Amino acid sequence: MKNHDIVIIGGGPAGMAAAAAAFDRGVRDVVIIDREEHPGGVLKQCIHNGFGLHKLGRELTGPEYADVYVRMIRERGIKVYSDTMVTSISEDKTVTATSTGGILKIRAKAVVLAMGCRERSRGALNISGTRPAGVYSAGTAQKLINCDGYMVGKRVVILGSGDIGLIMARRMTLQGAKVEAVCEILPYSGGLTRNIVQCLEDYGIPLYLSTTVAEIHGRERLEGVTVAQVDASRTPIESTKRYIPCDTLLLSCGLIPENELTQAAGIDIDRVTGGAVVDQFRQTSREGVFACGNVLQVHDLVDHVSDEAETAGIAAADYVLGKNTDAPCIETRAGEGVRYVLPQRVRLTGDSVSLYLRVREPQSNVRMVVKNGGRVIKTFPRLKVAPGEMEKLEVPVGLTSGDGDSLTVSVEVQK
Amino acid sequence: MVYDILIVGAGVCGGMIARELSKYDLRVCLLEKANDVAAGASKANSGIIHGGYDPEPGTLKQKLNTEGVKLLFEAAEELSVPYLRNGSMVCAFSEYEEEQLRELYSRGISNGVQGLKLLSGDEARALESNLSQSVTLALHVPEAGIICPYKLTIAAVGNAMDNGVTLMRNFEVTSIKHKDGFFGLTSSAGDWVSGKYLINCAGGYSGKIAAMAGDDSIEIIPRAGEYMLLDRSEGKTVSHTIFRAPSKEGKGILVSPTADGNLLLGPTAVRVDTPDSTETTREGLAAVIRSVKESVPTVDLSKVITSFTGVRASHMDGDFIIAQSKLVKNLVNVAAIDSPGLTACAAIARYVTDILDSMGVKLCAKPDWNGKREDTEAFSKLTDEQKDAVIKKDPAYGRIICRCEGITEGEIRHALRKNPPALDMDGVKRRSRSGMGRCQGGFCAPYVMKLIAEEQGIKLEEVTKNGGGSKMLTGRI
Repeated sequence: MKNHDIVIIGGGPAGMAAAAAAFDRGVRDVVIIDREEHPGGVLKQCIHNGFGLHKLGRELTGPEYADVYVRMIRERGIKVYSDTMVTSISEDKTVTATSTGGILKIRAKAVVLAMGCRERSRGALNISGTRPAGVYSAGTAQKLINCDGYMVGKRVVILGSGDIGLIMARRMTLQGAKVEAVCEILPYSGGLTRNIVQCLEDYGIPLYLSTTVAEIHGRERLEGVTVAQVDASRTPIESTKRYIPCDTLLLSCGLIPENELTQAAGIDIDRVTGGAVVDQFRQTSREGVFACGNVLQVHDLVDHVSDEAETAGIAAADYVLGKNTDAPCIETRAGEGVRYVLPQRVRLTGDSVSLYLRVREPQSNVRMVVKNGGRVIKTFPRLKVAPGEMEKLEVPVGLTSGDGDSLTVSVEVQK
Repeated sequence: MVYDILIVGAGVCGGMIARELSKYDLRVCLLEKANDVAAGASKANSGIIHGGYDPEPGTLKQKLNTEGVKLLFEAAEELSVPYLRNGSMVCAFSEYEEEQLRELYSRGISNGVQGLKLLSGDEARALESNLSQSVTLALHVPEAGIICPYKLTIAAVGNAMDNGVTLMRNFEVTSIKHKDGFFGLTSSAGDWVSGKYLINCAGGYSGKIAAMAGDDSIEIIPRAGEYMLLDRSEGKTVSHTIFRAPSKEGKGILVSPTADGNLLLGPTAVRVDTPDSTETTREGLAAVIRSVKESVPTVDLSKVITSFTGVRASHMDGDFIIAQSKLVKNLVNVAAIDSPGLTACAAIARYVTDILDSMGVKLCAKPDWNGKREDTEAFSKLTDEQKDAVIKKDPAYGRIICRCEGITEGEIRHALRKNPPALDMDGVKRRSRSGMGRCQGGFCAPYVMKLIAEEQGIKLEEVTKNGGGSKMLTGRI
């Protein structure tokens, strides 16, 4: 059994930023446990640019962005247990992990969960048809192409217009493949606008909205897919079915926070975000266990992951140093037009609190209204909101206490 | 080499027969057209060990089901194949179905099934809290169980190979010549093999194989069954296998835990054109969902991790066809093995051996036969201390490749080496469970591909999903 002050689970952008922030806050005994050979997480395979504009003020590729944080943890002498996968976290914060050196057990004073997320698979989508080779989740294909140097196919259909799907449409095209179509079952794309422009429009790749892959064909390797428009209940419309020959189907249909470890540890999970229920310091329902990054909520931008991880890292350090708060809290609620609000609990301490949320559908000329009980405490006008772009609202904590017992955020159309 | 016995088809029957015959001093060759064993119905069925209340008395199904349960549990023990005696419940929702259940109950009693009990809806719900309020009567079959059908097949073939049986994969029989007391079989790849006795275990294609040998008496009716498999987080939704009252087409759509801890829903029963019609359909999956919502309304369909279709090899008569051919000497047909074929497979293997005996095949027991197979999942069952000791000897057991199921590189390499070695992605998945979890290989596939290429000394571009043209990659960048 080893002892460390803070154990961070996951060596991706969230884990590294949390580690550096905790260290800088004054806790020197911080370690990262990472299941991969090298830290950086999924950024290692994201060789496109667009990372760091908000956080670092410059535009970097994924590996470059990761490298900024790898250097930060190296400079601080933070140890990374590589090729090591955590299999359980006990109530007393003993972390058990499997590594090539044997079974590792570490007793931690605080734990930061930063395990990231996974892609929704074909099985979870219930697409009917055969089960040939050539059906990949977009991220798996991205790894094979960018890290391993192999092409997964030549003629491609992409289902789902999430950011990875859009990025992969461009990547496959640049590598000589023909991307026949990107199909999105919703009437709007879930990806960032900049990705639709830069990855599809610039390359003349068609995006079909309210369209899905209804059937998969081919016995050995994929031979084609049947695509169809969907009705309001998302059921394929028979008369719109058409066959597209292709050898590859990439799925970019959503990311799911990887919280099996969290759940097994008995920590409360929010069914909407798929991540832990936290306060604004990113502390979970288990004292001394914090969560940040895509394991907590799926972010659009790594820059926001780094921000959130710093919050969690600082809070974990404060917890170890005995400087944490046990101020009373009030709940946050998703009101009309809002899918979720994070944090789920706000402790009534500090000057202001940042509420992160996603809306249910794209709308223009709206205002985001934050209410405490029945009282409006702040409104935020927005020209455009979309589910693919996370909203951040800064609310003064002083205004949150008082009559109500919960903070509700809703979307109201401007009159 | 001329074999004494040729077995066509490495499904659960072919595999168990090969294992049974490996006890004797015989040269046995098992032929399989796919890149792996258990490639047909044996990989895609309900995995149920049936109590034996269903088959009509006096049929081969009834005889071999009743004899088979005990023999199957024994074989599973010897072969270290996971199984569970979880019991089953057949549920009635109407007076008509209640009547059916009472019939099944008395048939079960006369078939000698132990412990059968009719439970009121409330009694059933006391045992199975997620059962629908609409269930009015349930037949409780405590003897019934579940087993992983493809692991059983893999283990049976592996154990047969360890005892001297030859397995030839990618041997799709295209012609059979029977001359001078020998069968000569040619494959689509132009390979040739010959033997004295031919056992036809070709599943959906058993009619075709028999006809190639000169016996056109078997007509197989392929009937597809669609399934949905849920994450292991849902495996405890029910503890018993929950059946609906049976119909002519089959035993109805069930909700069952699997021996690996998942939750299985299905199957439908739809007549299809060929035994290869293994595609899932929107209608089929919708039918599964409809039925499941009636019997166990709390099933969480957002936890589906995969869906698949198995095709049963059925027959007009409804009974198994296991007999020496009346038309071709030295040909034994093992055909129309639909439910309860899995339950009966160990008994079928014995029964076929008896038929061979009666045909004059000399059965001299081998003194060194070893029916035991090591537990391929042993590592996952070790304590942390024991795992630590294994990892210190072989660090590959410390590298987790499949995050969802916690499968290590050591276990995957083992699957690529042990009889019958996995040759492709699906083979690794069925042996080690790598890729079997909620992400369905999203994370582990690139690593598994590398391990396959390394163990087989092939290029990464040559790695397939399940043999043939199912290549995972199209080339280097």
